[in-house]
Amino acid sequence: MRVVVDFDLCESNAICMQIAPDVFEVRDDDFLYILDENPGEDRRAVMEQAVQRCPKQAISLGD
Amino acid sequence: MVRSAVTIVGASLAGYWAAETLRRDGFEGRISLVGDEPHAPYDRPPLSKKYLAGDLADDRLALTTDEKLADLNLDLRLGCRATGLDVADRTLEVEGIVESFDGLVIATGTRCRTLPGTEGLGGVHTLRTRDDAAAIRDALADGTGRLVVVGAGFIGAEVASTAIGRGVEVTMVEALEAPFGRVLGVEMGAVMADVHRQHGVDLRTGVGVEEVLGDGHVAGVRLTDGTTLEADLLVVGIGVVPNTEWVEGSGLTLDNGVVCDETCLAAPGIVAAGDVARWPNPRYGELMRVEHWDNAVQQGVHAARRLLVSDDEATPFAPVPWFWSDQYDRKVQLAGRPHPDDEVRVVTGSTEEHRFAAFYGRDGRFTAALGMNRPRQVMQSKGLLEAGASWDEALAFASEWD
Repeated sequence: MRVVVDFDLCESNAICMQIAPDVFEVRDDDFLYILDENPGEDRRAVMEQAVQRCPKQAISLGD
Repeated sequence: MVRSAVTIVGASLAGYWAAETLRRDGFEGRISLVGDEPHAPYDRPPLSKKYLAGDLADDRLALTTDEKLADLNLDLRLGCRATGLDVADRTLEVEGIVESFDGLVIATGTRCRTLPGTEGLGGVHTLRTRDDAAAIRDALADGTGRLVVVGAGFIGAEVASTAIGRGVEVTMVEALEAPFGRVLGVEMGAVMADVHRQHGVDLRTGVGVEEVLGDGHVAGVRLTDGTTLEADLLVVGIGVVPNTEWVEGSGLTLDNGVVCDETCLAAPGIVAAGDVARWPNPRYGELMRVEHWDNAVQQGVHAARRLLVSDDEATPFAPVPWFWSDQYDRKVQLAGRPHPDDEVRVVTGSTEEHRFAAFYGRDGRFTAALGMNRPRQVMQSKGLLEAGASWDEALAFASEWD
């Protein structure tokens, strides 16, 4: 699946990094970096949790 | 557990996610989502920040799109207030009309405490709903000269921050010796105080409000130390009370919220979630009621699933709480559950620069992590807290930072 972050919305709360550290990383510059833009389908439940729990609703999933 | 229908009372964050979860998990029965506000489910955190600043349109507050909301196929009843519940009869009362329910999610949240004697006085506001925020936003836009904020908690601090950004003169009055003192302790509370003062807030701590002055419209406040502050706008952020009046006498246990078991079950087929729910979090071994955004999301999800499983399959709800608060250009985050008397240690950065992470500990246990513009470190610390790291283990982990 494709992971898309709206960087205009993202405020680097970093909850996504805690949920899926192999996909999201907030670095010491306080910016979010996507480490894996196409995580495997087996990761969907985890990615959905990242979508759900992003306080800015900045994450979406594509096919 | 096969259910024919679920009624969710409360159409804010926890209620919305309960509905979404039921559908996501394949529940095909009727879902009624009942909310007393006229608006479709919306997000509250921006209300004291971007929305208050006038930088966010109404439609950007929505928790989801109209299309996705329609896809959930809900019996959406907005502007409707639940007024009663009978657990034994399996009925509830909405707008005075009794109806039966099969599964029930109670997510009625909280409402703001008010200052006695301010009813009907113009220019006095609390902030909970979109309409509350719009009223304060409009008052700020109308050239409010002097704002007095009562209470330096999250709402007060964020309103002060937004108002300063709009060029308003702000005085904030806090009864404790330090803002957030009851949560963060005196030392970190002093750092919060410093942030406000540096940005131009006249912060008065250790003093309460004796009387609100004004005839028809607020003119000022008289403090317990005798000082009088002039004000043309007063925002009161002195905490909230759970909305449980409608379930009084229903058969549910009420004690500063709807009391549930550790799986969020309040009675057979009845769960509670979000700000109104009080449950024994097994991680902490005590009854908790958490007023944070992330808790409402997670508990809404957990409670909805609880309705679909048997007692044997039910799992406890055991999160490490966390919240964030945006004030000025600082992001404050707290993960865990500190006690104001815990030992506090700054583990990276410096409090003078307002960019740091600090750990709280007690009896060899790591209890919480506070960050100011340190999201990476706070979230790593949240992982440590979830893993049950000791104080020494947490400090060892943090020693790798910087």
